[in-house]
Amino acid sequence: MVIAKKSIKLIAILIFVMLPFFAIASDGGENKEFNASELINDHIGDSHEFHIADWHGHPISLYLPVILWTENGLTVFSSSKFHHDNSGEHVVEVNGQEFVRHNEVIYYADKYETLSEEDKGAFNFEARPLDFSITKLVFSMLMSALILFLLFTAVARSYKNNKQAPKGLAGFMEPLVTFVRDDIAIPNIGEKKYAKYMPYLLTIFFFIWINNLIGLIPFFPFSSNLTGNIFFTFVLSFITFFITSFNGNKDYWKHILTPPVPKALYPIMVPIEIIGIFTKPFALMIRLFANITAGHIIILSLISLIFIFKSVFIAPVSGAFVLFMSILEMLVAALQAYVFTLLSALFIGQAVAEHDHH
Amino acid sequence: MNFTAPESLIFWTTIIFVIFFFLLKKFAWKPILVAVKSREESINNALKSAEKAKLEMQNLQADNQKLLQEARLERESMFKEARDIKVKMIEDAKGEAQDQANKIIEQAQAAIESEKKAAIAELKSQVANLSIEIAEKVMRAELSSNDKQLKLVESMLGETKFN
Repeated sequence: MVIAKKSIKLIAILIFVMLPFFAIASDGGENKEFNASELINDHIGDSHEFHIADWHGHPISLYLPVILWTENGLTVFSSSKFHHDNSGEHVVEVNGQEFVRHNEVIYYADKYETLSEEDKGAFNFEARPLDFSITKLVFSMLMSALILFLLFTAVARSYKNNKQAPKGLAGFMEPLVTFVRDDIAIPNIGEKKYAKYMPYLLTIFFFIWINNLIGLIPFFPFSSNLTGNIFFTFVLSFITFFITSFNGNKDYWKHILTPPVPKALYPIMVPIEIIGIFTKPFALMIRLFANITAGHIIILSLISLIFIFKSVFIAPVSGAFVLFMSILEMLVAALQAYVFTLLSALFIGQAVAEHDHH
Repeated sequence: MNFTAPESLIFWTTIIFVIFFFLLKKFAWKPILVAVKSREESINNALKSAEKAKLEMQNLQADNQKLLQEARLERESMFKEARDIKVKMIEDAKGEAQDQANKIIEQAQAAIESEKKAAIAELKSQVANLSIEIAEKVMRAELSSNDKQLKLVESMLGETKFN
């Protein structure tokens, strides 16, 4: 029995490891030259449709809604209308407006024609409508929020009926919750004030963790690189910044605006302290983004080796490395969630700490 | 990296995160944290009361030990007392018996003495009577003839010296 279980597990792991190979194997097609950086960019980036697999050269995708705020107001249509075109050639006409998509950025068709290659980009708001589409990452975020919500409401429910030692799901989740409380919140914020920030710390901890893990699972409906997206990490770190700044007490602001140094040093110290308010969440943003994206890039690069060398014999080697990296990334997934939560708690703790005056 | 649209992700992340946060806060974190905390308290209380019960138990045991010790001592003293009483009773009985025996012996001796005296007295009187009878008979026999009477007078006279 045990042996059978073990071999089933092994096969399952092998399939999971091999899946991206199949996906990529069908990606390039016969005639196209394999381009590793393009492939990696595709995988770590965002898109308007969720690519599932290819079948006989035809991509199978989940078409997500495109929501545009155009010059004529709100426009909603399915991303299937682009017919997988990402080169700006296929023009989509909706409500009398024409759009094209180039590298997952949707432009007004007429303005796109006049753009030079350098002007194309997500930050060219002149040539494109505001895009509030439910992209792959947004879809993934909704899914993770739903999973977490169902998971933790189930845990909360189990406490209603079970007043004794936690069992099942609650028994598994409770140590994590108490870990956040006892090892992150209380040591950094303090016994008196931690309770107010517990919901936030728990939410970011589990939200980041589950999205890190979702990013590691290499098939639909997972595999999205949400926590490795700098806009996502920006919002999270901005919320930490927001909480820190709005809960900062008199001591916190006094320390920034009149630091305990000789007055002559104020011209240097005050700007440094003020910049410090922003660098802390900035570091949070970059740390999570860089760690997760780097992990994805390494795994994808290792897989790409097979196609660069065009040899099957590289597959076991790169498979072994991918397995190793995947396990390492699972550790990193938990670690980065922990670090983000820990630093958020630390910053909040600094802002609400009551000094005995030094 | 394809930055599809920064505003899309920022917008949706903010919306989803804020809603998600408040939903979780209300339906998950509050009940969970309250339950965990109350259970922790109840566990602490239970441990404390167990500790107290243990102490009480120890006290009780000590009490029991003490009681047992006392009972043992009492039993021992009772034994000792009983033994003493027994010895004393035997001694008393012995003494009384001795006295009684002595008394009886004394009485017996006295009785024997008086019986003896009486017997001797009787014997004396009988001997006296018998001697008189014998003397009478002897006298009679001795003085039955004149010769004899004369002889006697003669011997008597012979014995008597005339001064």
